[in-house]
Amino acid sequence: MEYLLIIVSAIFVNNIVLAQFLGICPFLGVSNKLSTASGMSLAVCFVITLATVVTYLINKFLLVPFGLTFLQTIAFILVIAALVQMVEIVLKKVSPALYQALGIFLPLITTNCAVLGVAINVVSKEFSFGGEAHMLGLGEATVYAFATSLGYGLAMILFAGIREHLSLNEVPKAFRGLPIALISVGIMALAFLGFSGIV
Amino acid sequence: MSKFSLITKGLLKENPTFVLVLGMCPTLATTTSAMNGLEMGLATMFVLILSNIVISLIAPVVPDKVHIPVYIVVIATFVTVLQLLMQAFTPDVYKTLGLFIPLIVVNCIILGRAEAFANKNGVWDSALDGIGIGLGFTLSLTVIGIVREILGSGAVFGFKFITGDGILAFVMAPGAFLVLGYLMVLFNKLAKK
Repeated sequence: MEYLLIIVSAIFVNNIVLAQFLGICPFLGVSNKLSTASGMSLAVCFVITLATVVTYLINKFLLVPFGLTFLQTIAFILVIAALVQMVEIVLKKVSPALYQALGIFLPLITTNCAVLGVAINVVSKEFSFGGEAHMLGLGEATVYAFATSLGYGLAMILFAGIREHLSLNEVPKAFRGLPIALISVGIMALAFLGFSGIV
Repeated sequence: MSKFSLITKGLLKENPTFVLVLGMCPTLATTTSAMNGLEMGLATMFVLILSNIVISLIAPVVPDKVHIPVYIVVIATFVTVLQLLMQAFTPDVYKTLGLFIPLIVVNCIILGRAEAFANKNGVWDSALDGIGIGLGFTLSLTVIGIVREILGSGAVFGFKFITGDGILAFVMAPGAFLVLGYLMVLFNKLAKK
């Protein structure tokens, strides 16, 4: 039951893009076409979940016992950069087809603040899903990271659909490009506001 | 380019928010009020100036292949310095801005300026560039913060001048996107003339 609450909360109520403002740059950057948006979502999903698990373990068994938590930011960004690089190498070897699909998006993910944001959030914030506020255990953290990245994918794919329609319409000159995109996201965020209160 | 225009270009011609469209996450997340926007802008400026200075100094000796990881470590170091300073001297501000202070590491403005300017210019020019772009970022964040605070709670920098409740949605997530979108439209319109 608690896992279900985590999933609903992370996907809809506290959507990472529309409520937490993380990962906006790639969200705006690659949402022009549905196909690239779904490719990027898949890559982000993969990296966020993996990175959160690895940084969680590093924080718990390396940084905290040795009193090095002030190095969190530096350690996490290095871990994420190395991880992305590794995923790229492994994917190239194991599944060339998937590598072809995700290839160009992977390097971009290092600077996607959603990855670092979720990793830092999970180890430094107390969460309450219905019950008492508490630090997340490894299982909960993994579910939370995975659900958050699903929320990222959902927002991205929905928005790409809207944007494909937008591109067919005549938009006033000053609104063209980013402004109309931002206003559409705003209206989408307004709709997502309706989920608040569920969890 | 004259020293003066290095500083002023960030305000309009190369405004990081409205023209270069970089660093969107903190722009949207921390501008719930004018003060928060200003503080976030200043925090980013601090890291930007220092990392620009150090990167312009070390750029000639850093091998090309590893320059991005090296720059990221430099930036992350200054972010950590900033985190420790803020925890010590302005714990309240640190609490409000929260996650977005460590996230300055992945703010594309900073790596962007390192790549586009600091690694091929002198120390002095790079410092000025950091000040200029930092000021531009601070200015846009403050403007967005002012608009959202007026609409959301009828106040500017905490001084309430419209009685009654504001439109709550403007302090929450949707307002950030809408205000930034419409301000960009305004900027486009004015920049054309």
